[in-house]
This record gives sequence, structure tokens and C-alpha cells, in this order.
Amino acid sequence: MGGEVNAAMLIARIRKERRTGPVSSFVLDVSIEVPPGITILFGASGAGKSTLLDCVAGLAQPDGGQITSGGDVLFDSAARINIPAPRRRIAYVFQTLALFPHLTANENVAYGLKDLPEKEKRERVDAILKAFRVEKLSNQKPGEVSAGERQRIALARSLVTEPRVLLLDEPLTGLDAELKAAIVDDLRAWNTAKGIPILYVTHSRDEVDALGERVIALDNGRVVSAGAPMEVLNAPRRKKLAQAAGFENLLKATVLDLREADGVMRVRLGDSACEIEVPLGYAAVGSRVQVAVRAGDILLATERPHGLSARNVMEGRILSLEQRGAMIVARVDCGVAFIVHITPGASRALELSVGRRVWLVLKTHSCHLVD
Amino acid sequence: MESLWLSMKLAACVAAILLVVSMPVAYWLAYSTWRWKFLLESAAALPLVLPPTVLGFYALVAMGPRGPLGKLWIALFGHGLAFTFGGLILASVLYSFPFAVQPLIASFEGVDRRLLDASAVLGAGGLRTFWRVILPLSLPGVVTAAVLSFAHTLGEFGVVLMVGGNLAGITRTVSIDIYDRVQSLEYGAANRMALVLLAISFAVLSVVYAVNRRVWTPWAAK
Repeated sequence: MGGEVNAAMLIARIRKERRTGPVSSFVLDVSIEVPPGITILFGASGAGKSTLLDCVAGLAQPDGGQITSGGDVLFDSAARINIPAPRRRIAYVFQTLALFPHLTANENVAYGLKDLPEKEKRERVDAILKAFRVEKLSNQKPGEVSAGERQRIALARSLVTEPRVLLLDEPLTGLDAELKAAIVDDLRAWNTAKGIPILYVTHSRDEVDALGERVIALDNGRVVSAGAPMEVLNAPRRKKLAQAAGFENLLKATVLDLREADGVMRVRLGDSACEIEVPLGYAAVGSRVQVAVRAGDILLATERPHGLSARNVMEGRILSLEQRGAMIVARVDCGVAFIVHITPGASRALELSVGRRVWLVLKTHSCHLVD
Repeated sequence: MESLWLSMKLAACVAAILLVVSMPVAYWLAYSTWRWKFLLESAAALPLVLPPTVLGFYALVAMGPRGPLGKLWIALFGHGLAFTFGGLILASVLYSFPFAVQPLIASFEGVDRRLLDASAVLGAGGLRTFWRVILPLSLPGVVTAAVLSFAHTLGEFGVVLMVGGNLAGITRTVSIDIYDRVQSLEYGAANRMALVLLAISFAVLSVVYAVNRRVWTPWAAK
């Protein structure tokens, strides 16, 4: 991204220390540049994403550094400049949305337009409610509408003030993919006209794939990589990042043989007899590697499957089944323990129970090598 | 029933004054991050534990013709503050102060901080955030503060006796009147007044508990 000059660019170079206990502390130390369009800020919880957003919005004060937006200085520790949040013109949609529960959608959206004449205020509110397809709900209170509608109202409320930057802190968690995509489309449509930098925080790998123009990956308070989503995430080089990206299975493995013509290699997992095929990596036979597999990428069968393109079929037993939200987390022992995500419906249909014999199916390219 | 009417008037004045006075104090106590805040928290809660006679004694000394408040009052209005209705209001405001401040602090603190952040990033300063967000969401606390300070003032005895004495129509409140009647063995009259006070107290507390019922919140909790 370096060298890119843009009038609307948000630039933050900040450092903030936060005490997390009597002796421990967390240090956020980052330098980011956010051009117009959607930039994903990606990292595990506790990586410092929300702290960074709070600093940019003016809700938290960095210990040092500088924050500028389109050349305007919002914060500069050396020059002792700290524009208060109400005057930064930075919109912020919180994870909890923070819609005012006692105000209607209309009143929520109009909240940031206090200085406009009544007529113009109404026009702007109506227009943005329409743009986000919630104009029918204008007289409803947040408690009376659905989760997706609340998210749309929160977006409308932030954007009606014509901010110069939009910060989104996991605003779409809990929505299904289709609804999420629809909302993001509306957001994109809105931003083609405005062209403001949008910093979108998520720890969900799926959202990165769906949204990503650029990604900034944050780990333990530092930027670990930045660039196009594919470069940053597809080969997760760091264990933490791998876990954050939804790779619940991180397995130690030994390289058995390389099949360069096929672009694959065989590895043995841990000390088990379990062998799987993974994409070819820079590794010599006999060397140790780590394989990352997303729990959602593993298929589970109650009979030995035949006629599959997937190369890896492993027999095992269910160690535990645990309901987590709208998802069942199964731990399966195949010599090494795998974590597998399945839907409650699938679990019922297969009559899964602890101790049951099952087969795990794993595509070669669902296995990622991690340093 | 002159004394009952006087008590009601006193309680209403005190509740009204306390709502105005305790609002900024409660706001500060709820949101300040000052490290010595706890000292002021203790001071604000002091009337809860202090014997009314102690509070009344210091109020009386301060209001007396040689006390700072008394001197000021005489300079301003030409008469003293002790043993007047005005003096009674002042002492009662001090005495019932925690009953107004504590519910307000609790409800201010109960407002989700992210709502205040949201208000700030939408361009609202502290005052606008207070009027548009904190106060409407703290309404049960405001009602509780008003009702409790009213009820507490209605039933006070020690402070009134110390500061106001027992002047019919001026400082003889209902609780003192009851005490008087009992002293002069007029049990019937004492009982009538006591019953009225009991009924009022019960009604008033019912209001407090009713507004703090969750099911009554006019907006659905998420």
C-alpha cells in the first residue's frame, strides 16, 4: 500500500498500553493506512482491534502517536492535539450496535443531525432509511425489529451524518451469510458515491473472503501483515492467526514423501498411524510441519465412504459432542483428536453419540501448512 | 391536620430541590474517574448513617445568628434561618440527600457505556447526551429518587426537632405532632395521624417498586 496518495486516507500510527492485571499489560503498537473502500481489520479476540477503533474514534486516548484523516490531524501526541470524539466526524458501528432503545428508528437516525433544519433532516433520514431498506420500520423501536434490521438501522444512523471514515466493529455477527452479503452490498453501493475509508473489524474468515479488498491482520497488538486477502490469509504463517482464521485443528505432522508431480505430499499426524495428503510445501522428507484444518471443512460419515474425490478418509471414534450456539462441536479421535463442526440437524440425522465409530473426510486443499 | 399539610409541603419542596441538586452530583459521582472520588461518595452517603440529631445539631449551629449560614441569611433577608420553614427545607435537603443521589447514581451507572460512546461519535456533547440518552433511560431512577426523598422527608423527626423546634403551622410537622399528642396522652389523634403517615409511606414505596419492575420498561429489553 505504501506510497499510495489519497486525499481521504485514514492514517493511524499509535501506541497504547493497557493494564490487564497487577503485573501484566497489553500494548497496542500499530501503523495503518486505510484508503477509501473496505479494509478488513482481522485478528483473534484480544488482538487489539477494538482498542484501535476506539482510539481512531476518539473514545480512547493513545499514549502516543498520530491519527490523521484526509490530511486533518485528529490526534497528535507531540503537538498535543486531541480532537474530541463528537467533533471527529468518524462514524462507528459497535458490535452491540448501541442503538438507543428508547428512540424509534427515525429518531435514532436523526440523532446525529441536530444542527440541520427540520425539513432537511427529515429528507436525509428518509433517504438513508430507504438506501438501507428499512424505511418501513421508521417508527419502530430497536427492540421491536429483527437483528438484521437493527444492523441496517445502525449503519444508516452512522452514515447519515456524512462521516469521513466509517468504523465497523463486527457489526454483522450472528447474521446468516445471505443476509450479511445483502447488507454489505447495500453498504458498498452507498460507498461508491461517497468513497470514504471503511475499516471493518472481524475475526471471521468467511467475512474476509466475502468482503475483502484489503486486509490488515493484527496479532497481539501489532500488524503482522497487510495486503490482499489471499496473500494475507491463505497460507496462515502464524499459529495465532491460523486459530483466528477458524483453523480449529492445528496438528503436528512429519513429512513422509513428496509427490511433486501431483503437487501434494503425505504426512503422518503426530505419533499416530494416521496419514493424510496435504498440499506440497517447502519441506523435506522427515521434517516436522504443522497442518491447520478448519473444523467446518471436515466431513463426518457414519459409514466408510466410497467414490469420493477427497483423498483423506480417517476412521475414528467420537470423544465428545458439545452444543455451542447453533452448532455442534464434535471431538473425534483418529489417533489424533480432530475438532469437527456439524449442524444439530446433521447430528440428529446421523444419530451421533459419544463412542460411536465415524469416518472423517478431508480434502487435500482444506489442509493448510503453517510454519 | 395542619401538621400533615405542612409535612407534605415540606416533603414536596425538598423532593423538588433535591431532584435539581442531586442530578449533577449523581452524574459526577457516576462518571468521574477521579482517584479521590470515594471521599465524596462517603460524604454524599453520610446522612444515611449519621444520627439525625448530629446532623440537626450542626445544621442548627450553621444557621444560628452566629453561624456562617445564619449571618448570610440575615444579611440577605433580615431574619434568621433557624426555626423557620426555610431552615427546615435546608436541613431536610441535607438529610434526604442520599435518598435522591443513590438511586440516580445507580441508574446512571446502569446505562450501557456504549450508548454514551455512540452519542459522542454522533456529535453529541455531554449535556446533549445527558438529556437525550442518560436521563430518559434513567427515568425509573429519577422517579425513585423523587419518591424516596419525599417519603423520607415526610417521616423525619430528629432533624426537624433540632432545627425547626415545634412551632404550629411553621415547623410542627406531622411526626412531631404525633409525638406531642402521645406526650399529652391523646392517643386517638396520634393514631389517626400515624395511620395516615403509614398509608402514605406504603403507597409511596409501592410506586417505587412498581416503576422498578422490569416488565414495565416501555421498551423491550434486547
